[in-house]
Amino acid sequence: MPISEQHVRHLAHLARLDLSDAEIASHAHDLDAIVGYMEQLTTVDTTGIDPVANVAGLINVVRADTPTALLPTAVALGNATSHSDHAFLVPKVVER
Amino acid sequence: MSRPTALAIAAAVNAGSSARVAVEASLAACEADTLNAVIRVHRDRALAAADAVDARIRAGERLPLAGVPIAVKDNICITGLPATACSRILKGYIAPYTATAVARLEAAGCVVVAQTNMDELAFGSSNETSCYGPARNPVDPTRVPGGSSGGSAAVVAAGYVPVSLGSDTGGSIRQPASLCGSVGLKPTYGRVSRYGLIAYGSSLDQIGPFANNAADAEAVLRAMAGADPLDSTSAAQQMEPTPAGDALRGARIGWVEAHTEGLQAEVRAALDATKARLQAAGATLVPVTLPHERFAVSAYYIIGTGEASSNLSRMDGIRFGHRAEAADLRQIYGKSRAEGFGAEAKRRIMLGTYVLSTGYYDAYYKKAQQVRRLICQDYEQAFTTCDAILGPVSPTTAFKLGEKLSDPLQMYLSDIFTIATNLAGVPGISIPVAQDAQGLPIGMQLQGPMFSDVRLLAMARALTPQ
Repeated sequence: MPISEQHVRHLAHLARLDLSDAEIASHAHDLDAIVGYMEQLTTVDTTGIDPVANVAGLINVVRADTPTALLPTAVALGNATSHSDHAFLVPKVVER
Repeated sequence: MSRPTALAIAAAVNAGSSARVAVEASLAACEADTLNAVIRVHRDRALAAADAVDARIRAGERLPLAGVPIAVKDNICITGLPATACSRILKGYIAPYTATAVARLEAAGCVVVAQTNMDELAFGSSNETSCYGPARNPVDPTRVPGGSSGGSAAVVAAGYVPVSLGSDTGGSIRQPASLCGSVGLKPTYGRVSRYGLIAYGSSLDQIGPFANNAADAEAVLRAMAGADPLDSTSAAQQMEPTPAGDALRGARIGWVEAHTEGLQAEVRAALDATKARLQAAGATLVPVTLPHERFAVSAYYIIGTGEASSNLSRMDGIRFGHRAEAADLRQIYGKSRAEGFGAEAKRRIMLGTYVLSTGYYDAYYKKAQQVRRLICQDYEQAFTTCDAILGPVSPTTAFKLGEKLSDPLQMYLSDIFTIATNLAGVPGISIPVAQDAQGLPIGMQLQGPMFSDVRLLAMARALTPQ
């Protein structure tokens, strides 16, 4: 099934990537070729095969529920373009 | 360039030589880099660390990697240093913590001298997608060093440092090791903590060493391996002691008929010559099959890009990284990411978004994870009749800069021999065995069962001159 430019625009929205029209066209071309190649998987019979989640077979690894200080607030904020004393700042999201 | 091995440096420093000697030599070599393999040199930090190692030795400590200079791929965090994964979106990012692998190596006496070039966010097989421009192959600078850990492979092969760290999601240690002529190990999934590694495909990523010989690679692996409470996927299995005696005598080495197809003639000849050497060393060759391996590239680029698109969603311009100017939050996300990510990163995010999106998840991601199970079973079956599987790493020697960059599918297909290893989680090591007519290195790969890293290294040691 060919991937339309309209579909690529939808994917770009989901991925939060503001792509140019030229990029949309080139991604449509590349995705079509790559996904076309991947269609080979439909020839594999996977009836009843359990999908892999972890190759080592680990399930539900938990740690003791004890608080530890790993990243102080000031350090966590240090890489943000915009922050106050205790929070990351973004444009107003909720209108009054 | 011939320089002392990591173990020779450690022996000298433990015996009282100053750690500054080897560290100074590596700093000077990194500062004179002409391959664009090094993106940052940390002279002051390295010399202070060398002095600290000397102080520990004077105080009576003995350290397995005392004073050994190491270079680290730019996607592995070190407190206070930039970590950009060679992406514009992380320019200016200063790591607030140190990766467990690096912390353990520093505790063992290693001294970080530099950070190395790589494909952007580890997306690539040629080191050409880096926002710092391509790194070059030390054997022929008109050719790629391979990727994504191209810089880390090049700095070891060029002799700047005896050892370096890379990461391997689908071959990103083994392929550049093969193309540059160094030893490169992708440890068993879970062997090395990924805490502090900028995530690409979390079910596939492993940190591993580059070295000029297997003994140095083993020393680095031993220093950083083991369970880590900061990485819930790290494994509790202990490293076995280095086996005494001849690792190849009596070993059963599997080989796969399909791995002899589509190879550059000299790579094929090197494979045959390696088989002959193994037999001469007392190993038995066993034909094995990996029937689902031909689906590995498809499964990998579904699983890897799906996980990457999810992991990279955190790079939104708000908490760290490049933030575009825009009036509302939605536009900040979209513009920051569009400006910050390069073409290959965008391609993988889009592909990953596609395979995880509503209506497509079962057909792609779930299907790929089922095929992955079949690939795991293929390996389990093969390892009932052999101790390791020999094969090529890359179908060709190092290609020219720009040769494959315009055709992403062709670039993806060049990973054909390294990808199944990551899907199965097993360890794989690239060993330099020969050169083609132009003098370009050819590596061969040994893959072993889960947690057979030590045995693989012993076999590699028997195959490489010390």
